[in-house]
Amino acid sequence: MNAPMSAMTFGFRRLSAALLLLALVVASQSEARALDFPALTGRVVDDAHVLSSETMAQLIERLADFEAKSSDQVVVATVRSTGDTAIEPYANQLFRHWGLGQAGENNGVLLLVAIDDRKMRIEVGYGLEGILTDLLSRLIIENSMVPEFRAGNYQAGIGRGVDDIISVLEGNAAELKARAERNAGKSNGQDTMGMIFFGLFVLFFASMFGFSILASIFGKKLAPGRYKWLGIAVSYGGGSSSGLAGSRGRAGGSGGGFSGGGGSSGGGGASGGW
Amino acid sequence: MMTRNLSADRTRYGLAAVLLSALLMLSGCGVNAIPTYEEQAKAAWSQVLNQYQRRADLIPNLIETVKGYAAHEQDVLTSVVEARAKATSVQIPADVLTDPKAFETFQQNQSELTSALSRLLAISENYPDLKANQNFLALQSQLEGTENRIAVARRDYIEAVRLYNTELRTVPGRWWATFIYSEARPMQTFSIDAESRAVPKVSFD
Repeated sequence: MNAPMSAMTFGFRRLSAALLLLALVVASQSEARALDFPALTGRVVDDAHVLSSETMAQLIERLADFEAKSSDQVVVATVRSTGDTAIEPYANQLFRHWGLGQAGENNGVLLLVAIDDRKMRIEVGYGLEGILTDLLSRLIIENSMVPEFRAGNYQAGIGRGVDDIISVLEGNAAELKARAERNAGKSNGQDTMGMIFFGLFVLFFASMFGFSILASIFGKKLAPGRYKWLGIAVSYGGGSSSGLAGSRGRAGGSGGGFSGGGGSSGGGGASGGW
Repeated sequence: MMTRNLSADRTRYGLAAVLLSALLMLSGCGVNAIPTYEEQAKAAWSQVLNQYQRRADLIPNLIETVKGYAAHEQDVLTSVVEARAKATSVQIPADVLTDPKAFETFQQNQSELTSALSRLLAISENYPDLKANQNFLALQSQLEGTENRIAVARRDYIEAVRLYNTELRTVPGRWWATFIYSEARPMQTFSIDAESRAVPKVSFD
């Protein structure tokens, strides 16, 4: 009586242990693929500890004000080193990892400084490449940031870089306003409307599908491939197919903490060193 | 009579259930995975071509600007013009992605252009007037930006092809490939040799 019982629990335990092991292996594999990125703790991620708390607070306030006005997400990150990876691929992958900018607009900018490598990069999202061009990014780095960095004033260099980035992005006032308006409409109301439409869409297709299948089973057969059920005649063609397209909606970062809006970058911007 | 009808009804219910669950299982088992990954890889490839084209479009202007300051660097200028002609004149066959030979040729041509361009940017360091030219500065930063965009597009393409090829070779996808997508072939991917990774480097001092 007791023996098979314990054998069963033993088997169950082994199974769950194996499942746990599998889960761990899968988790560690997906982790190993990504570079070692700092967490997106706010608009300024000072992983290299070169900014004083006042400077940081000022920068965060300026960047938050700017995002409220334009919906463009500008984020500053400092790291000690990018390791074996060059700063360009590192910046691009960090940008995508954090998902800077709004999802449809890709209007994010990442200012990355690798202190020990003496390298910096302005990575520009797809949506801002036309305004903050490669040339302008390079001019900001060369004229505003590099002189300060050479003198060892990291805080001043980053501050001037951020000022310049914002002033370039503000330069195109009409475009800036239009983008802010577009994204102001992206509130919760629109998302629920989208959900309702999507639900109706799915329901419509599912019921059409279901009806045609059930008609062939419960319906009265009129002719080969023709059935009548609940007063509706259904005929089956040769090889008709129908696809179901899903739409993916995603709300931008909201609530207490700061998070990326899901934007992406294709490698626009410029890099420099000091 | 009654019992017969009842059992017939039961079979019909059973049939309905089987049909419905088969439909659900089909979409759950990744019957669409191969075409989905294939389209993603093709889209990533278009982006690669797009960025290479953008680079080729920048070159005539760059050559004109450099000529004005460094006309006697004829051989470097000529090598860039020739490499560009070679890279753009070759008609890319439609099956370049599944034909190893065509893909190899494409990669070879583009990497020759990359190295010719990096030589051109290297010699431009010797001409202070050229370096101070606003037009050259703009072209140079665009060219650097484009090289970086090419690198990003290539990385995205490599990743998309990895997903597609893995789907073709691992189990549920492999079965689907034999039964439904018999025309699906593994795609070629970039080999990252040292030369094609070398982005034109410019120091700012």
